[in-house]
Amino acid sequence: MLKKLNRLIGACACLLLLSSGLVYAYDYPFADPYVATVVNTPAEYAKNIPEKVPLKFGSIEMFPEREVPGVLWNFKELYYSYLRQKGPAPLIFLVAGTGASFNSSKMQGMQKAFYQAAYHVISLSSPTHPNFIVAASTSGVPGNLEEDSADLYRVMQAIWQKLQKKMEVTDFYLTGYSLGGAQAAFIARLDEQERAFNFRKVLLINPPVSLYNSVLILDKMLEQNIPGGLDNFNAFYRRAIRAFTDVYAHGNGVEFNDQFLYQAYKYRKAKSDENLAALIGVSFRISSENMVFASDVLTRAGYVVPKGLELKRHDRTTDYVKVLGRLSFLDYFKGIFLPHFQGQNPDLTEAGLISQMSLKYIEDYLRSSPKLGLIHNEDDVILLPGEIDYLRDVFGSRARIFPHGGHCGNMAYTDNVEAMIGFFRTFHTN
Amino acid sequence: MTTKGNKTMRLILMALALLGILFVTGCSTTPKQQINLEPPQHRAEDIIKKSVDYPVDVHDPMEGFNRRVYTFNYYFDKFLYLPVVKTYEFIMPDYVEKRISNFVDNVFEFNNFTNNLLQLKFKQTGITLARFLVNTTVGIAGMWDPATGLDLPRQSEDFGQTLGHYGVGNGPFIVLPILGPSNLRDTTGLAADVAAFSYVGPQDWVDDNDVTLIFNGVTAIDKRHRESFRYYQTGSPFEYDMIRMLYTTKREMEIAK
Repeated sequence: MLKKLNRLIGACACLLLLSSGLVYAYDYPFADPYVATVVNTPAEYAKNIPEKVPLKFGSIEMFPEREVPGVLWNFKELYYSYLRQKGPAPLIFLVAGTGASFNSSKMQGMQKAFYQAAYHVISLSSPTHPNFIVAASTSGVPGNLEEDSADLYRVMQAIWQKLQKKMEVTDFYLTGYSLGGAQAAFIARLDEQERAFNFRKVLLINPPVSLYNSVLILDKMLEQNIPGGLDNFNAFYRRAIRAFTDVYAHGNGVEFNDQFLYQAYKYRKAKSDENLAALIGVSFRISSENMVFASDVLTRAGYVVPKGLELKRHDRTTDYVKVLGRLSFLDYFKGIFLPHFQGQNPDLTEAGLISQMSLKYIEDYLRSSPKLGLIHNEDDVILLPGEIDYLRDVFGSRARIFPHGGHCGNMAYTDNVEAMIGFFRTFHTN
Repeated sequence: MTTKGNKTMRLILMALALLGILFVTGCSTTPKQQINLEPPQHRAEDIIKKSVDYPVDVHDPMEGFNRRVYTFNYYFDKFLYLPVVKTYEFIMPDYVEKRISNFVDNVFEFNNFTNNLLQLKFKQTGITLARFLVNTTVGIAGMWDPATGLDLPRQSEDFGQTLGHYGVGNGPFIVLPILGPSNLRDTTGLAADVAAFSYVGPQDWVDDNDVTLIFNGVTAIDKRHRESFRYYQTGSPFEYDMIRMLYTTKREMEIAK
């Protein structure tokens, strides 16, 4: 009898252990990667982070001699933000994703999470952001991972010069999301030689494998999902506005804020992914317009602005918006990017340049460096089929791949924030 | 007119003079278009089609002037408005700021009331009246907003929306000094709302120049305190075009609501 009871208790204990250990449920609410990418993480699913943090802003001049055309006047100094702990603490640098500034909503979320976890934080705009292009890009031609990362590394050192008296730092860390994730890996590699920071750990969040592949995917999301093609973009825009007005008028207590898209989603769920893909495409195209225009004007490439035309601060720019709205990343690649780098190195082929815009370019380093880690999603919409498996293979046990979340959609979700913070807490997992 | 009135006048004149300087210097540097420029790789003439509508196109015949007012607003914000607002935020506890915001909103229910009525939205007019009564009494002079919790949400309407409701189009885009993006219809609406507020509304009921002056000052600071928009912080070289488009779309949505 006692034996039986013992066995029963043993079995129960086993079951309990199993259920807690194995049945790990990932309850991020959106299984559709397009919904995840657009709606992100609704407040009720997000990790609790402080609402207000003592965020400080700073600016720095990287090229005091650089002449900045009037139309780009407000980009001459590079802006950044930082959060300071009172006593000694580790410092983490954050790098924003494509087209995003140091103050984008994703960056704000990360800043707060790391500040809460007792880090000093310095947040940097993406090298594809107009401010970075004008104020801190050596070439003014963004997209080259190695060169942009070297620019970032210089900026990090310059800002650190300014802030080191204010912060007591014990260790240096680095992370970035999306394109900023890929750049973090290149910076880590550069830091192995230059040793300005000796980063202890570096985390890549949802990076592209091949930047070139990913931007082609994003271009297609816009070009293939507007019914009737881009000539009918206005009709698409009007339909979207009508739908949003409908939500605004009839949804209960709907307001225009960061929860608006979630409320819109709850009010009328999209029947297909086409509209969502188009929205992602639009957002990427707007970032590209800003980026390409800044590059064109700064380097006088004669891409959409005639060479020799000096655009002043109050000049009309609407026609450039319309023209750039029709040009893809591939157009930029062929029109500004490739010619610029071939001008520096005539032996450089198109395929050669494309291969440099990829994590595969530094695969040996990625495979061998124990300080690197990866957080990614199985269903990230900017990856080609097979690319997530490539990352899993390269990073092995250093990869944490979530079943869904699309492209960066789950970054604010509780499990993800904990994984992000947890990665830096544990030293040398192997 | 009191001396305070004169002071306000002088401030307005000073602002206008600044604006004038900006405009004159702006005009004198109007770019001379070089004629023999090599065309760019992607020419506007080849890509922009007459038959295609673009959301970014907004009727803006005074663009040169508007862009200069936009710049003026940036400097006004930077050197006067925002420092004052920051001082206010530094001195006041968040709790008091919130009470002041609620108080200001409650006084302006007057405009929501008149405009809902003018649009014959009787249910919304009733809700607005009920809100005002509940918040003024239970909410102690409007400093708290118990009405929203009682399922009486704010029914924002202004005279620009009323005009739009009856089919008045946007008219040309206008950037107003200090106040920012608008258009002819909404500027007219704003003037009508201000007139109603002053001559038949709360300001007339109180009929005290000192109170009016203080209320206007508090309102100006409170409104900027609640507005997170900062000029030239979007990171887009096309910020003017984007703001113009978004303002127009936002108003369209508010009118259609």
